[in-house]
Amino acid sequence: MNQPRVDTSPHVSDEIRQTTCYMCACRCGINVHLKSGKVSYIEGNRDHPINKGVLCAKGASGIMQVTAPSRLRAPLKRVGPRGSGAFEEISWDEALEIATGWLKPLRETAPEKLAFFTGRDQSQSFTGWWAQAFGTPNYAAHGGFCSVNMAAAGIYTLGGAFWEFGAPDWERSKLFVLFGVAEDHDSNPIKIGIGKMKDRGARVIGVNPIRSGYNAVADDWIGITPGTDGLMILSLIHCLLEAGKVDLDYLARYTNAALLVSEAEGAEKGLFVRNAEAQPFVIDRRTGAPAPWDGKGVEPDLGAVWQGHRTVFQHMAERYLAPDYAPEAVAARCGVSAARIRALAAELADVAFNQAIVLDRPWVDFRGDAHTHMVGRPVSFHAMRGISAHSNGFQTARALHLLQILLGAVETPGSWRMKPPYPKPVEAHPTPHFGVVPGKPLNGPHLGYVRGPEQLALHPDGSAVRIDKAFTWENPFSAHGMMHMVIPNAHAGDPYKIDTLFLYMANMSWNSSMNSGRVMEMLTDKGADGDYVIPRIIYSDAYASEMVAYADLILPDTTYLERHDCISMLDRPCSEPEAAGDAIRWPVVEPDRDVRGFQSVLLDLGVRLGLGPMVNPDGSAKFKDYADYIVNHQRRPGVGPLMGFRGADGQGEGRGDVNPDQMQRYIDNGGFFQAHVPENAGFFKPWNAGYQDWAVEVGLYETPQPYLFNIWSEPMRRFQLAAEGHGFVLPPDHLRARLIQSMDPLPLWYAPYGDAEDGFDVHALTQRPMAMYHSWGSQNAWLRQIHGKNPLYVPTKIWEQHGFSEGDYARVTSANGQIEVPVAHMAALNENTVWTWNAIGKRKGAWALDEGAPEATEGFLLNHLISELLPPKGDGMRYSNSDPVTGQAAWFDLRVKIDRIAPQAEAQPAFPKLHRVVPKGGRRE
Amino acid sequence: MTCLPAKTDKALGLVIDLDTCVGCHACVTACKGWNDQGYGAPLSDQNPYGSDPSGTFLNRVHSYQVVPDLTGGVQAAAQIINFPRSCLHCADAPCVTVCPTGASYKRVEDGIVLVNEDACIGCGLCAWACPYGAREMDADAGVMKKCTLCVDRIYNENLPEEDREPACVRTCPTGARHFGDLGDPDSDVSKLVASRGGYDLMPEQATRPTNKYLPPRKKDRPDQASLLAPLLDIQATGFAGWLDKVLGKL
Amino acid sequence: MHPARSVIIFTVLSGLGFGFLAFLGAGLVQPSGWAAFWLWGLGYALAVGGLLSSTFHLGNPQRALLAFTQWRSSWLSREAWAAVAALLCLAPMALSDWLGLGLPRIIGLLGAVLCALTILSTSMIYAQIRAVPRWNNASVPAAFMALALGGGAILADQTGLAVVLLAASGAAMAWHWRQGDQAFAAAGSTMGTATGLGDIGRVEVFELPHTGGNYLLREMIFVVGRKHAQKVRIIAMACAVVLPMVCLLLLPPFVGLLAALAAYLIGAFAQRWLFFAQAEHVVGLYYGKR
Ligand SMILES: Nc1nc2c(c(=O)[nH]1)N[C@H]1C(S)=C(S)[C@@H](COP(=O)(O)OP(=O)(O)OC[C@H]3O[C@@H](n4cnc5c(=O)[nH]c(N)nc54)[C@H](O)[C@@H]3O)O[C@H]1N2
Ligand SMILES: Nc1nc2c(c(=O)[nH]1)N[C@H]1C(S)=C(S)[C@@H](COP(=O)(O)OP(=O)(O)OC[C@H]3O[C@@H](n4cnc5c(=O)[nH]c(N)nc54)[C@H](O)[C@@H]3O)O[C@H]1N2
Ligand code: SF4
Ligand code: SF4
Ligand code: SF4
Ligand code: SF4
Ligand code: SF4
Ligand SMILES: [Mo]
Repeated sequence: MNQPRVDTSPHVSDEIRQTTCYMCACRCGINVHLKSGKVSYIEGNRDHPINKGVLCAKGASGIMQVTAPSRLRAPLKRVGPRGSGAFEEISWDEALEIATGWLKPLRETAPEKLAFFTGRDQSQSFTGWWAQAFGTPNYAAHGGFCSVNMAAAGIYTLGGAFWEFGAPDWERSKLFVLFGVAEDHDSNPIKIGIGKMKDRGARVIGVNPIRSGYNAVADDWIGITPGTDGLMILSLIHCLLEAGKVDLDYLARYTNAALLVSEAEGAEKGLFVRNAEAQPFVIDRRTGAPAPWDGKGVEPDLGAVWQGHRTVFQHMAERYLAPDYAPEAVAARCGVSAARIRALAAELADVAFNQAIVLDRPWVDFRGDAHTHMVGRPVSFHAMRGISAHSNGFQTARALHLLQILLGAVETPGSWRMKPPYPKPVEAHPTPHFGVVPGKPLNGPHLGYVRGPEQLALHPDGSAVRIDKAFTWENPFSAHGMMHMVIPNAHAGDPYKIDTLFLYMANMSWNSSMNSGRVMEMLTDKGADGDYVIPRIIYSDAYASEMVAYADLILPDTTYLERHDCISMLDRPCSEPEAAGDAIRWPVVEPDRDVRGFQSVLLDLGVRLGLGPMVNPDGSAKFKDYADYIVNHQRRPGVGPLMGFRGADGQGEGRGDVNPDQMQRYIDNGGFFQAHVPENAGFFKPWNAGYQDWAVEVGLYETPQPYLFNIWSEPMRRFQLAAEGHGFVLPPDHLRARLIQSMDPLPLWYAPYGDAEDGFDVHALTQRPMAMYHSWGSQNAWLRQIHGKNPLYVPTKIWEQHGFSEGDYARVTSANGQIEVPVAHMAALNENTVWTWNAIGKRKGAWALDEGAPEATEGFLLNHLISELLPPKGDGMRYSNSDPVTGQAAWFDLRVKIDRIAPQAEAQPAFPKLHRVVPKGGRRE
Repeated sequence: MTCLPAKTDKALGLVIDLDTCVGCHACVTACKGWNDQGYGAPLSDQNPYGSDPSGTFLNRVHSYQVVPDLTGGVQAAAQIINFPRSCLHCADAPCVTVCPTGASYKRVEDGIVLVNEDACIGCGLCAWACPYGAREMDADAGVMKKCTLCVDRIYNENLPEEDREPACVRTCPTGARHFGDLGDPDSDVSKLVASRGGYDLMPEQATRPTNKYLPPRKKDRPDQASLLAPLLDIQATGFAGWLDKVLGKL
Repeated sequence: MHPARSVIIFTVLSGLGFGFLAFLGAGLVQPSGWAAFWLWGLGYALAVGGLLSSTFHLGNPQRALLAFTQWRSSWLSREAWAAVAALLCLAPMALSDWLGLGLPRIIGLLGAVLCALTILSTSMIYAQIRAVPRWNNASVPAAFMALALGGGAILADQTGLAVVLLAASGAAMAWHWRQGDQAFAAAGSTMGTATGLGDIGRVEVFELPHTGGNYLLREMIFVVGRKHAQKVRIIAMACAVVLPMVCLLLLPPFVGLLAALAAYLIGAFAQRWLFFAQAEHVVGLYYGKR
């Protein structure tokens, strides 16, 4: 037979440039192939620690992102009414002059009148630094509406959190339990990890009302009722305590379980009993006498009672052993049988204690005690927004961390570990700063971890300093700010009116806001004087998103292959439990439009505004552009945005002088750097002297920071005390009962606030599709063929009850509004839950898509049903639809009613088409 | 050429693990990306930004829900199983024998089924003959496109050795896709198929696919774990008794 | 299957053409002079026109000659050979009839056999496809052959033969429908076998692999209009079989022929449309649609 000859060794490309993906926040390393100077193919970088060569569907479609017709082309000045989308192109000089003209007077008179909020920002340490230099207290990124519950609960409890800041020990774990995750930020690492576990035959359990994605491959599925995870977890804790299956040694050594809780009535009650040096202490089992918590050889006694004060351990055990937490008592509420809960507890105990693993790695703890080996509890957990995007999410996340702690399953072999710069105790984090002086920088970084009421961002009269009311009695631990409250508050002039809203990379008139329709009105509302209630809006986007139409001035950004970026240790680095890591992006292709990297634009603006850290004494620019800043800026002497190749010789890891060749060294190294944790420092990190010393050496902190895990949270108790009337800074009366409940120093469960509404008996959720990133995916010619529309998935019970059939629509009503959307049946779904894919729905005219695009006709958002405020309470107050501790937006508290309606031509609500700021996409480039 | 070779030296193919595929579509776009610039005509898209986008892909990932049969009167929870679908490089490939031009052929050396686009008249018959929907006619080029098993990667001397595997296999984050010689019983893939009970799709179509699918492992198994026995009856003995017992002081 | 216009026209017209040519070749009608020119011309026009129409279905018709190469395995290739052979073989016969050359009829008979082979090959293109169970049986060549020859007989003005062939064609059609309605189930392909997940339980589609369109959905998973199947069957049977017989038998000769032909064409197109539209490809199982 004569087969055709196939060239099996074709030329692949002219050149490969290695940079970092930004089709999502996972920060995988990519090899960008170029042919004749054009991107021809993108694949994963095998040497990269995050993705080890693999890419997700988005990452592999990057070529369609950098050629998307939706890319903005030049700076734009609004010419029509706000919201119409009518703009004219202007030069960069004009754009920057306009911005300077708006911002300069604000800085000199009332810096807080600038609200600068950034969305899916990977340069928060830079944008925050800029905002601090400007002097406004009103800065945050998107964390407040994202998953701050998870971050804050983790930091306050463990000194580290889930998100991508920790990871299961994928190599050794034998049981992995996943709570409320569809995709997450660490998406490729989780997939790689689950793949590894399955390969080893280890067990994966998914706790999620919806059984798709990771939960579909899980060996076991617990289709829990939304908002009740905390209750089920505390019930697991009940079972473990009842059977005595907890790691007592771990609790005594590494947690505050052995600290004494004051029983003295008054302002100290519930705080730790302290010695003359104001240090909490433990009772040493060897002597029965008080001893320093970190004393050498000390064996803390969990059962101690000292002068009537009992240990945290006893308080905790007493609470969770109560019959209220028995599986039989919680089963109906959780939608999980008591037998199932008991079986899960037994399985956790069995793997943790009967299948413990021992590594032959000697190490020395912070007390100076030497250990010959490391004992591991091969049970790991991961959780994200499924538990955190509820109004009881902070406490639920705390409960989960408590479960981990009781099993000895944090920082031990086979369990879950933190990634540098974590572990890092609350004490090592800044507190929030909000000292405003016109014409001067803010007195410190905006965001931080509050330890007590006196650190709240309140004026002496009790009103909020920040426009988003972060760090107030309504949400004291709002460590990431509350982006979802900025527009409503600015519109209401509560706590005050602002002048300029400056947004970066956040689609706030659409999928990123609660109550999107109302937000559009807020952005376009005019006051009696005929001016917009929010007078000025500056926005930086790279694409023709829905938000562009609502700005007055558009600063068009580059795409991710066209700019410098820094994935920094000062911010959200790309570390692994065994290595600190950071990375860069660099322009692997030059922009073909009149666009500029936003960070460079901010620096330019900073110079025009004369912001101190950005200008030389002679007024000239200190940094040429962002790349120059990345290399030359130092946060502390010897510590800058990038940790690798520091010093004149490029040998410095973490610390070292500025190295002018640093950027090139990163490029030569594939775009990233890793500093490896020494082997005997790889576990027990918060207490491992080896790790602490290494962390100081590489500049993560200045002195060793060993600490105990906080089962009992003293900062929370301080707020409870204030609500009980103790101290000088006291909450308003109407918030006291809520604070007493939500600021309980031990994890607890209460029904999500959204549950209170009568008649809305169906839970409505969203999930991220793995192949789409929020709103950005739909402009991608390949990805939109995969997810071009989104039905509302309805469980069998509701499907049959309403007699739905294929092609039908449903009217979905919440306390806040109504939508009409196509439905589809899903069998593997909690019977009281409906859901849809997040952010597929698009506004007509946006993203360079045709008006008839399915995204704009059949696609829809649940956001119209979700309000940023809860319905009025008895006292007429409308609380924010957020977690009372952190202010996290409670997206998943949503409760709805469903009715069947006939098939419709279009989903409702339908909004008028936007003027196009870029021409409609035609053929593929 | 259109006749099938009596025997091929190797039987290269994919093994897809339905137990681990999370349905992320990474293999879909990695395949599109590679093949858009590789073997033959680019994989075109029609109305890419329009109201009815449509394009050529060589690999598609379905998602099924399976409602288990009643066992002992008990209804186990429904399952979702993600299911990638591409050419199976059948031993008795009907797509090859129907082809009037010889454009479709099965390679003697490795069993890969390919379309020689220079000879393809775009009659579509091979796509009709394929039971698995593995062939898509490219609307721009008018030629039949199908999975090439990345024939331009797996032997490509311009790629580092470790990259000489299909684009979809290289990218799959969970490692659900395996590539190798299924004709060699000692190959890793053959052993995997043997140990996990790998199977053929639609055996009744008598195509003898090379690619194999590994079935999902049994889910939601009734719990064998013995339940935790309480240390003592706390209601009766009180908290103090429990504390003594748990701290080992009795 | 998508009932592509080009393919329907191709199969109906070339079927009719080759059917008619077979009669001309076999000498059942023996026109001479200009009558021969026009009749042979009509046969050639139908056959060649049909064949040409089929090339509109091709993505790259400029390479159509390559379709002759794979006669050893491909029915499409065989059809190409048979068609060309038939047309070439009959050409001298046609010339002979037209110009009165008196060439031996055996050439025409051979041509007639080749015409039949062409019709058979065409039908086998479909009948060979196991992935379309409705097609994958002997009723397809029977129905194609009977319908083509029946039409040929009408054109050839062979009332008796036409009635017999049309009746046979009616029977074959009925057989095809009956057989076809059970074929999918009989083939044994289900969502369970397609995915291999049938052992676990009942398999349903949760999500399609793409919300956008693709070739498979357009070409293989044609569902529009199938609900009219019963009506179309009645039209096909009435127009392609019953009405032509009635016309031929009851109407005056020439008028009857024309009326029968018109009815036949409507019926044949209806039958052929249904042949595609009703045919379900097993790939539909993956999409939960057939
Ligand atoms: N119903 C519901 N709503 C939700 C959620 C939910 O679960 N359910 N999740 C919430 C969560 S957690 C989040 S984080 C938000 C996400 O919300 P956002 O962070 O707002 O995400 P997007 O809207 O996708 O992206 C914001 C904008 O960034 C722009 N952009 C993309 N790349 C670049 C770039 O390189 N430079 C610049 N300058 N701009 C760029 C995009 O064009 C887009 O307009 O959504 C929230 N909304
Ligand atoms: N592909 C892709 N990746 C992304 C993003 C994206 O848009 N696309 N966005 C990124 C961003 S900004 C974020 S914040 C992360 C978020 O990543 P995830 O935390 O995975 O966020 P969601 O997709 O909102 O998924 C929430 C999950 O929680 C489940 N859930 C809801 N309520 C409950 C509950 O009460 N209990 C339990 N147990 N489960 C519940 C839902 O069913 C869903 O599976 O993903 C990031 N990664
Ligand atoms: S997960 Fe995907 S989109 Fe996100 S960075 Fe990695 S490859 Fe890019
Ligand atoms: S899967 Fe289809 S295209 Fe591939 S060899 Fe088999 S029959 Fe041919
Ligand atoms: S479409 Fe091309 S490959 Fe397929 S049968 Fe026709 S000529 Fe052969
Ligand atoms: S082997 Fe290559 S061509 Fe085939 S599906 Fe995978 S990536 Fe696509
Ligand atoms: S890349 Fe792997 S996990 Fe993702 S859909 Fe493809 S086979 Fe499944
Ligand atoms: Mo987020």
